[in-house]
Amino acid sequence: MTYLVPLPVVMPLLGAALTLLLVGRPRAQRWVSLTVLTATVAVAVLLLVRSSIDGPLVVEVGGWVAPLGIVLVADQLAALMLVVSAAVTLCVLVYSIGQGMADGNEETPLSVYHPTYLVLTAGVCNAFLSGDLFNLYVGFEILLVASYVLLTLGSTETRIRAGTTYVVVSLLSSVIFLVAIGLVYASTGTLNLAQLVDRLDALPDDLRLVLQGMLLLAFGIKAAVFPLSAWLPDSYPTAPAPVTAVFAGLLTKVGVYAIIRTETLLFPGGRTATLLLVTAVLTMVVGILGAVAQSDIKRLLSFTLISHIGYMLFGVGLTSSLGLSAAIFYVVHHITIQTTLFLAAGLVERRGGSTAMDRLGGLARLSPILAVLFFVPALNLAGIPPFSGFLGKLGLVQAGIDDGGVLAWILVGGGLLTSLLTLYAVARVWNLAFWRAPHPEMPEAGDAAQAARTSGAEQPHQPVPAGQSGAVLPGLMIAPTVALVVFGLVLTLVAGPLFDLSTDAANDLLQRTPYVDAVFPGGAP
Amino acid sequence: MSPNLTYVIVVGVLVAAGVTLLLERSLTRVLMGVILLGNGANLLLLTGGRAGGAPIVGSTPQEEMSDPLPQAMILTAIVITLGMTAFLLALAYRSWHLNGHDEVQDDVEDRRIMDLAERDEGPGDADAGTGDDDDDDTDTNSDRSLAASTDAGRAG
Repeated sequence: MTYLVPLPVVMPLLGAALTLLLVGRPRAQRWVSLTVLTATVAVAVLLLVRSSIDGPLVVEVGGWVAPLGIVLVADQLAALMLVVSAAVTLCVLVYSIGQGMADGNEETPLSVYHPTYLVLTAGVCNAFLSGDLFNLYVGFEILLVASYVLLTLGSTETRIRAGTTYVVVSLLSSVIFLVAIGLVYASTGTLNLAQLVDRLDALPDDLRLVLQGMLLLAFGIKAAVFPLSAWLPDSYPTAPAPVTAVFAGLLTKVGVYAIIRTETLLFPGGRTATLLLVTAVLTMVVGILGAVAQSDIKRLLSFTLISHIGYMLFGVGLTSSLGLSAAIFYVVHHITIQTTLFLAAGLVERRGGSTAMDRLGGLARLSPILAVLFFVPALNLAGIPPFSGFLGKLGLVQAGIDDGGVLAWILVGGGLLTSLLTLYAVARVWNLAFWRAPHPEMPEAGDAAQAARTSGAEQPHQPVPAGQSGAVLPGLMIAPTVALVVFGLVLTLVAGPLFDLSTDAANDLLQRTPYVDAVFPGGAP
Repeated sequence: MSPNLTYVIVVGVLVAAGVTLLLERSLTRVLMGVILLGNGANLLLLTGGRAGGAPIVGSTPQEEMSDPLPQAMILTAIVITLGMTAFLLALAYRSWHLNGHDEVQDDVEDRRIMDLAERDEGPGDADAGTGDDDDDDTDTNSDRSLAASTDAGRAG
């Protein structure tokens, strides 16, 4: 079954090449992208099944034996991440196709959209599967370069402004990562993660701490951990709705994944646990206070995104099996829910002509389905009992109480406070955008489609030309949002097995031996 | 290779100059900073491996070979830096095209929220009365002029 492992990277890359050749034939591009991503989902599911039965699947790329060549490793954590991210990218692709078609422009989104989107997927999959530190860097670069292009799509003034910040900050984090790689190689003579396990253990303590700190810094910027998070709400909201959605779901989580991987496999023992816990509580509280202050739905959601990264760090920082497994569960939940909310915000923008809460109102009456599509994931994010957000937070709180330390109790308090404030923030969106009387400037049903067509996403305040009836919210935009809302609800139903899976993955991570044994069956050289 | 002081100093100077330039407002200078930083990082990677002859079997005895892996990594990193340089140049050019300068600008929305806080108004309070509405219009003027200039940029 190991031949499946490279496919999530190879298929999107080949698909990207093919769609690049098909520029000018949007219909063919769409079918290629859809086929490739559907196949990626299927492969990811198979990988998850096989890796949970047989243990980690390893491929030595090009047939070069492990410490010399690069390895791709699909263990349970990587496979689980792959499944969720592939499913989310597929849904967002359908949404973006729906948006392009509904705008009545066969060239929209631009012809580079499909190739870039597939390259982004390949980069994300490569980062998850990589068993080598430098290959992880390459995976990051692939997804970042694709994200630069997607973020500045159309190169309007606001997007150029936002893109500049994003690109410069990301470049800085890449350089820090590269320097860290250079130092790791100089001190150990290898970059293979499994081989690093022993060699790092043999290093002096202070040197290890320097390496760990540099890697944490690089990944912290990518994951938008509090003192390093200022770039995120500045850059994400200006991009087109589907792009923001997929960024919010995946990019920061790749950073979180890298933190989980390095903290457990390379640097066990929790020497930075205190640091992680302190940044976790700051990320949660400062992030959500930022969200409360916002008056634009997309920016508000960007701040909740930062805030909830804190929950995942909380689980990682506890370094217990329960904490880690709750963190993994939370990553799965959060990828789904945050993407859903951004897709719903995109629908709000299309229906209401804006995402500024001052200019919205009465959406619950004007578009009941939109109201449901926002309301359910919003409550899920806040952690209202039957939903997966509640279960994830419950796991984290239990892990915190089990830990029993002062800092853990502070985090439990901070987590509950953040949950409450999240509820307040999304309830305010609900009150202002959905429940109160419609705003006089809001376009009528028929006009909204017209408004979306003429004004574009980045300048919603344009006067709306009258007339023209038409489907305001196209089915191809509604359907993937519904699918993701349902997926979020299914997470509740399968929470038991999913928690078992994440506990297995967490135990494997903490033991470290399953990973090393899979890469070096005869013991590490 | 044992750590070579010259290398270390050169790396230090490159990184220091890179960071200084990175703190500038003009995107072209930031770009220069990124290039210097990238070169500093590449040189650092190079010092991580053993120095020696060309690592080709047959041309150099095995114990005298240099370590080829850092060189391969540097090659990859150089290619990535090249692509990023091109992209940043395009961004700077586009920014100059739209605004007449390539300076990294502040976040307009952030400043608007700060203004709201200074006037002790929460977001969403603007609909409290018609008088408030006028007030709201004046302070979103900057947003609108931004949107208008975007239009102009597109037309041009």
